[in-house]
Parts: sequence; C-alpha cells; structure tokens
Amino acid sequence: MNYFLLALRNLHRKGIRSWLTLLGICIGIAAVISLIGLGNGLNAAVSSQFGVSSTEVISIQASGGNFGPPGYDVITPLTTDDLNAVRGLSGVEFAIPRNIETISIDFNDKILFTSATSIPEDYEDETYEISNFEAEQGRLIKSGDSRKIFIGANIAEESQTNFGKQLTVGKTVTILGEEFTVIGILKKQGSFVVDGIVFMYDNDLESLANYGDEVDIITVKARSKDLVEKLQEDIEKLMRQRRDVDKGSEDFTVSTPAASLAQINQILGGIQAFIIIIASISIIIGAVGIINTMTTSVLERKKEIGIMKAVGAKNSQIFAQFFIESGFLGLIGGGIGVIFGIILGYFGTFAINNFLGSEAAPQINFLLIIFSLFGSFLIGALAGIFPAMRAAKQNPVQALNG
Amino acid sequence: MNKKGEIIIHLENVSKHYHMGDSTVKAVDGITLSIKRGDFVAVMGPSGSGKSTSMHLIGSLDLPTKGRIYLDNHDISSLHESDLAQIRGQNIGFIFQQFNLIPTLTVKENIMLPMSLQGYSIEEREMKVKNLMEKLKLSERANHFPNQISGGQQQRVAIARALANDPEVILADEPTGNLDTKTGEIVMDYLGELHKEGKTIVMVTHSPELAKTYAHIVYWLKDGKIKKVTKGKNLKAGKWKGE
Repeated sequence: MNYFLLALRNLHRKGIRSWLTLLGICIGIAAVISLIGLGNGLNAAVSSQFGVSSTEVISIQASGGNFGPPGYDVITPLTTDDLNAVRGLSGVEFAIPRNIETISIDFNDKILFTSATSIPEDYEDETYEISNFEAEQGRLIKSGDSRKIFIGANIAEESQTNFGKQLTVGKTVTILGEEFTVIGILKKQGSFVVDGIVFMYDNDLESLANYGDEVDIITVKARSKDLVEKLQEDIEKLMRQRRDVDKGSEDFTVSTPAASLAQINQILGGIQAFIIIIASISIIIGAVGIINTMTTSVLERKKEIGIMKAVGAKNSQIFAQFFIESGFLGLIGGGIGVIFGIILGYFGTFAINNFLGSEAAPQINFLLIIFSLFGSFLIGALAGIFPAMRAAKQNPVQALNG
Repeated sequence: MNKKGEIIIHLENVSKHYHMGDSTVKAVDGITLSIKRGDFVAVMGPSGSGKSTSMHLIGSLDLPTKGRIYLDNHDISSLHESDLAQIRGQNIGFIFQQFNLIPTLTVKENIMLPMSLQGYSIEEREMKVKNLMEKLKLSERANHFPNQISGGQQQRVAIARALANDPEVILADEPTGNLDTKTGEIVMDYLGELHKEGKTIVMVTHSPELAKTYAHIVYWLKDGKIKKVTKGKNLKAGKWKGE
C-alpha cells in the first residue's frame, strides 16, 4: 500500500490543524539551520573588529590597577621607554607605538567628532602590513607627508550626511584648528572602529594632542607564530618589572588576537547554545503537538481503522500507516523549517555584510540539511508510536461502530 | 476439492456476551448453525436481536465468548487478531449498510485496498481492479472520491472491494438499508449474480421481502437465539441444486 500517498492525503484533509502542528518542528529546525548558515557571517563580524588579521601580533595596553577606591583609579600610561624596552626583547620582529586621540573634523562648516590614530614614521609599512591597510582612493601616507591624513571608509561614505558635502581625496579639513589634506581613503575594513577614524603621522597627532612620550598601545609582531606565547610571557614579565607590580595585580594587559578571538568565540558559543536550547524546546513542543494531533486523528478515524481491519489489514499494517503519517508530519515541518532556515541564514549574512562591508558567504551544510530532514521524520515517527499503537490495537467491531 | 454443498462455516453453540457495568448483555446466546458452500443465507430479526453480532462472528471480525466457530473445518474461535485479519482479507468480503469506503482513497484505490493489504503486485492489482470496475460499471468513476459519487455507486464500489481478493464468502450487512428501492434492487441483482457465480452469501436484512426473494434459508433471530429457520424462494438468485 502506498502509505506515503495516504499520509499526504490525510494531512491535506486535516488542513490548517496539520500546519499548526508543524510549527514547533518548523521553528526548531529553522533556528538550527539559520544559526549554522550565519556561522561565517558571525565569524567575519567578530574577526573584523580586531583590525588586525595577523596572528603573530601582541598588543600591550595600560589599564586600571587593582588598587585605590573606585573612581580613583589612575592609569599609568605606557611610554616610549617601555616601547624601547620591548623592542629589546628577543623574538620581537618589530614593535610600534600607537596613540588614539579624540578629535573634531571641521569641513564645510560642519563638525564631526571622532578619533585619530597615529601612524609612526619609519614604521608605516609595518603598520599597514599588520592592519591589512590598503587605499581605496588616493594613497596611504608615506615618509614626508606632513599635515596629510587618510580616512576610514565610513567617514567618506557618510560625509554627505555629516558635512553636507562629499569628502574626497584632495579636500582640506580642519582638525582641532589645524588644516590637513585628505590624501587617501582606506579600503573598507569591516570594523566600525577602523572604518570611522582618521590616520595621520605621529608628529602631527602629537602636535595636536601633546601626549609627549606617552603611548596608548604598543603593537608587537613576533618573529614567528611559535614565539607568540613565549613572547607574551616575556613582555608581561618585563612590564611587571618596569611598572613594579606583582603577578596577578597587573595594571596593563598583554593580549593576542587569538586569545581575544577565543574569548569572543566563547560568548558566541554561549549564544549558539542558547539558540540550540530554544530550538530543542521548540522541537519537543512540536513532538508533543504531533502526539496530540495523531491521537485525535486515531479517534477521528476509528471507523476507517475498523474498515481497514474488516478488509484484511493486520495490526502491523495499521500501525505502519499511522507511524509513517506521523513521521511525514515531522518531515514536512522539518522541510519547511530548512527552507526558512536557509532564507534566514541568507538574509542574516546579507545584513551583516551590509553593515560591516564584509563578504562572508552564507553557509549551507547539505549534510546538516539531510540530517535535519531525517531527524524531523524520526521525531515525528517517534511521536507517532503511541497513537499508532493505539490505532493498531482497536477492536475491529468497536472501531467499525465508530 | 471445494465442492458446493460442503459446510464452509459452522457455528457450534456460539455465544457473545458484553459487559456493561454490572449487567451482562447476551448479544448472541448459544447459536448453532451451518452454512454450506454456495448458500444464500438471510439473517432476519428485530433490532438488538443479535443479527449484526452473529454477522461479525461469522466474518471473524469478532471472537465468541463461548462456543466454536469453524471456517473450512478450521477452528478460528481463538486465533490471534493478525491471523483473523489474514482470514478476512483472503476468504471474506464485507458489504456494509453505510458502504464504509475510505474517504481519502479514490474508487479505484478503495477497490485495490484489500489486494494491497495482501501484498499483490501492482500489475495484478491493476488487472483485477480493471475487471472489477468493468463488471460493476464503475470504470468512469475510477478516480472519483467516495463523496463525489452517489450512494448506489458507493455500494457498487463496496461490492467490488468485497470481491477484490476473490473470497468464497460475501457478508452483506443490510446492503440496501441506505439506498432507495430502485438502486437497492440493482445492488441485490449484483448479489444474486455473485451467488450464481458460486459465492456463498450471508445477508443481514430487515426486509422479509428481500430475504424470501433472494435467499434459500432464512434464520430468524430474537434475543440472541435462533427463533426459527425458514426456506426462502431464492427466486432471483438462480436455482442452486444442492445434494
């Protein structure tokens, strides 16, 4: 007998009620599929926020110590002496200082507040290398480019809105009262920090902000990947000595992208686990819904069961019919869920790409889809076991009498 | 082998009791009867006389509380449900007052259902269903659903379905009960025809007229017991010449 055809006809006959039953399974599967689909997009979103793609990079930053009452924390800044000391460590390929200052950009009589980051002279190429900087228009600053800046892609993109006039290469802007010429626009980095700031030579930024020999961030590149861990320890040791602090109460942080990425991935993992829990609950609710629908169905079709038995259906055949029908219910729910999940994954990735300017592709895992479909059939069929057993055990005469 | 006149169904002091709360309902109370191969038997009686219950017992849809039932000399009174299903599927064809077609199956699929349950191949099913539909003038309705055809047509589908596995015994439970006189006659003529072809027919009916016209033997039931047995004229069912 064609159980599948019969199952479809019965689902069709029940109409809207079948569809409502499918909702739980549908949501559960859609959540799982879209989550996986978004995976690439989420990773791209996270990785891009670091602005550095190299895994051999270590960042040193001053931070609040553990002493003093709240509000009285004084951050002892890093200095160029620290920088030079770090440069003296073995395993360091190069170390570059970076300062970040809040600035105002005055253009077309309108003001935008943002940040400016210093590019150390003599270390331009290294800076561009570890940050993956490339000019979209014009060029990046190079030796001798005094009073010149290049800007993040978002500043250029949003200039019409912010300044009422397009900011292009060659235009002059006023930053904290001094005039600067825009000589380049950075290729979109996919990080709203990097894409929204201004870059200029260290000398220029110092003359604006007067930070003297203070350094906000020291970025270190290790000679090789294998040395990163050892170098990180060495730097921590060195900085503890220099700043005279004990292990465990450091007033600075030494971080690697890998470590930070791992931390964020952990958070993402938590979110994913949460969604998977919700998906599981949906699926359980869906399964209960299927049990309910199939139980009602057995009662409604009692007479049909009686007829089937009268014309020779064995208990096993009645069981098979309801079992498969129930599985089908799950499969259709899962199928719709897969379609919705793929669509959600696509749209979500598209939205992330749009927001960050990244080019992540939605992930379609065919194995997962097949597994999901098989799984939803199985869930439906399992949910149908008891109703199907109930159907099979009907006494033929009682069933015939309805 | 299967000769006319041999006993095909034998009920030996069969009772069927139902418990309803504290009381016991004796739907069938000690019936003994034999049905011979090729018989056209009518079972008559008022409502609650045990007609339908005895029909279910004869058709192995139900098991007796007491007594023995033999089909082809095999005791079927204590068989397992799956074995009974097998017997029903192969040896018995049911025709009901309410037609009892499966609403989600087409005319053709309804007729094929008993064959599918017995595991016949598609080719066999197609061939047999084609013949049956021609015989009962249903070919044009093959792909209609039960709710799209008339009551008379539905009962013809039920007859075709009853014949699907070529059973020896046809059990008809008030086959014309839901039909007007004219359509009822057509259905009865089909039953008469089947009888002529050698089928054993057991029919439950309210109508003494039908019983006399079509059956050889009429069992009159009351309170679960056989009250009397009369001979029918079997006018329209062809003359069966027994031993």
